Amino acid sequence: MIIKNVRILGGEPVDIRVADGLIAEIGPGLEGPETVDGQGAVALPGLVDLHTHLREPGREDAETVQSGTQSAARGGYTAVHAMANTSPVADTAGVVEQVWRLGREFGHCDVHPVGAVTVGLEGRQLAELGAMADSAARVRVFSDDGKCVDDAVLMRRALEYVKAFDGVVAQHAQEPRLTSGAQMNEGVVSGKLGLTGWPAVAEEAIIARDCLLAAHVGSRLHVCHVSTAGSVEILRWAKSKGWNVTAEVTPHHLLLTDDLVEESPVGAYNPIYKVNPPLRTRADVEALRAALADGTIDIVATDHAPHPVEDKETEWSAAAMGMVGLETALSVVQEAMVETGLLDWEGVAQRMSVAPARIGRLAGHGQPLTPGSPANITLYDPSVRTKVDPSAFASKSRNTPYEGMSLPGRVMATFLRGRPTVLEGKLV
Amino acid sequence: MNRHLISAGDLAKDDALLILDTAEELARVSERSIKKLPTLRGRTVVNLFFEDSTRTRISFEAAAKRLSADVINFSAKGSSVSKGESLKDTALTLEAMGADAVVIRHSASGAPYRLATWVHGSVVNAGDGTHEHPTQALLDAFSMRRRLGSLEGRKVTIVGDVLHSRVARSNVLLLHTLGAEVTLVAPPTLLPVSVGAWPCEVSYDLDAVLPKSDAVMMLRVQKERMNAAYFPSEREYSRRYGLDRDRFAKLPDDAIVMHPGPMNRGMEIAAEVADSARSTIVEQVANGVTIRMAVLYLLLGGETA
Repeated sequence: MIIKNVRILGGEPVDIRVADGLIAEIGPGLEGPETVDGQGAVALPGLVDLHTHLREPGREDAETVQSGTQSAARGGYTAVHAMANTSPVADTAGVVEQVWRLGREFGHCDVHPVGAVTVGLEGRQLAELGAMADSAARVRVFSDDGKCVDDAVLMRRALEYVKAFDGVVAQHAQEPRLTSGAQMNEGVVSGKLGLTGWPAVAEEAIIARDCLLAAHVGSRLHVCHVSTAGSVEILRWAKSKGWNVTAEVTPHHLLLTDDLVEESPVGAYNPIYKVNPPLRTRADVEALRAALADGTIDIVATDHAPHPVEDKETEWSAAAMGMVGLETALSVVQEAMVETGLLDWEGVAQRMSVAPARIGRLAGHGQPLTPGSPANITLYDPSVRTKVDPSAFASKSRNTPYEGMSLPGRVMATFLRGRPTVLEGKLV
Repeated sequence: MNRHLISAGDLAKDDALLILDTAEELARVSERSIKKLPTLRGRTVVNLFFEDSTRTRISFEAAAKRLSADVINFSAKGSSVSKGESLKDTALTLEAMGADAVVIRHSASGAPYRLATWVHGSVVNAGDGTHEHPTQALLDAFSMRRRLGSLEGRKVTIVGDVLHSRVARSNVLLLHTLGAEVTLVAPPTLLPVSVGAWPCEVSYDLDAVLPKSDAVMMLRVQKERMNAAYFPSEREYSRRYGLDRDRFAKLPDDAIVMHPGPMNRGMEIAAEVADSARSTIVEQVANGVTIRMAVLYLLLGGETA
């Protein structure tokens, strides 16, 4: 198969010949029996999400492995890491293998389960990390995401233990006592709205502690969904020491701010903006963008968190936390990082494919688009601008904060090892 | 005026003065032997109370009835309707019954805004979580104006658990709109960290503020705050921030003492202060009916059914 007329990382137009799931040849004027017209789209290595909630098993009303991976493919992803906070929790080899197998069965993108750090996400006893690592799912990323591993000793042990199989602990940094009942970023808006504040220090204190722990035991640490300017400062300092710390930021934390809770097109206190960690201030958004640009934050991860309508059509305090993000991630990153001149397409590829694959230890993803690499390719047209229409999502859930918002770009096609999962913007 | 009254901040100065002036006229009706006006005949007002508050509910009910509205009391407290899903379903039910106004009391901040997205009638906030209680602020302003005259340049001190107080939030906004100068006094733990952005002064020293106050409003302090380490003990709170007889003596002679109720006598306010001639606490209750009449009259009176 020949993919005609694409611009690799935004470069000059070329054709890509794909054979046996690999990129066979790149050059102008390639011919063959089967062709896909790239129409001058930007070609990126297939995107990799380190932080996805697929909800299966347990909450199949919100999302399934099938619908979630369809959503991922539509967003240009060829691999996702499925978070462990399912029901039952992905804290045994059995559960992670089930999720992994479902991913293989549907084949919209590769599914790499994340294993829970502690049994039942309860923060008391280590889950059988080694068994999950040795399972068919070959788990390398471990996280209690949704909950913080707040016990310092347990966190230390987890960081140490996963070294045996080159794993990484992805920490949801949230000091639980400082965020008891917390509803939104603690600041001017929370004070005015009478919503319990979620102080930045609750995130920053854990990040600082974990960086020190990781340095002490010589382990690698990954920090989930960094949301504050203070966290960025701590990470910058930890990296300057040469410590093995990586971090992610979500698309929504690169674009949205806490004042939307007070005033937005969808009304005050609309829980569509309720998310963990909470939306922060404009100053935080600016710091996060700068950190993603300069490499202090390594990757963009969606924290795609589907919820059914009834869990969001409520009072603020009763609503579930989270936003879907797979199908809007690349557009939001273009809006926040590319349109602002902070990143070029090579930078986007690094942060949404190469680095997340490296952190997750996925050999077959995040490879450069050169002959010999697996043909995991995303074709993206950055020239269009459209209004976000959640009814068109492949995800089962519609809880997007971008509904009706005009965003740039469109995923035209996604190829997983040479096989199209999306063509002309539609699932294959 | 807006169609709804959810935040005191929604009221421009003219709106607020119109409500206070209207209440002044309506107060004369309350002095007649027949207290009823035909103004809202045929209109339906629903009291939707997700939290127990007999005082506030009765006050709204009396106000609506004196304007000849039909009143439906919908007490939605209880576990089966404590979920948000039910707020929407309840709203749709009220909508089907043709409610012209819904008076809502809810433990969740912002619930009236959510309700307003699901009903066509006017929404009146009768207290939402730790957010606002605008009719309380209006009745407080009304009570102050009756005792002190215009509020322009008047110094009002609000003391207590500002962090969790919907009364404080609404009062700061409304009093600022009306030209009064507000000072909040509280232990730093019971102030929002962002209080510096509010249109008021802040002090930790009640004794320094009292001699310069025209009105002092004591907020209820819930004893369970102590367990969450907001302050060490009831006694210490009372000693530093309670309005006892000695502190009362520091107030200027014509200053008034207010409390939105219910009071913890002996905690934030001494019994003899609460019962003194300069306390407006009982008047505040009476004025509540009058101000709520004015609000319903202005929100509903102008339209045809």
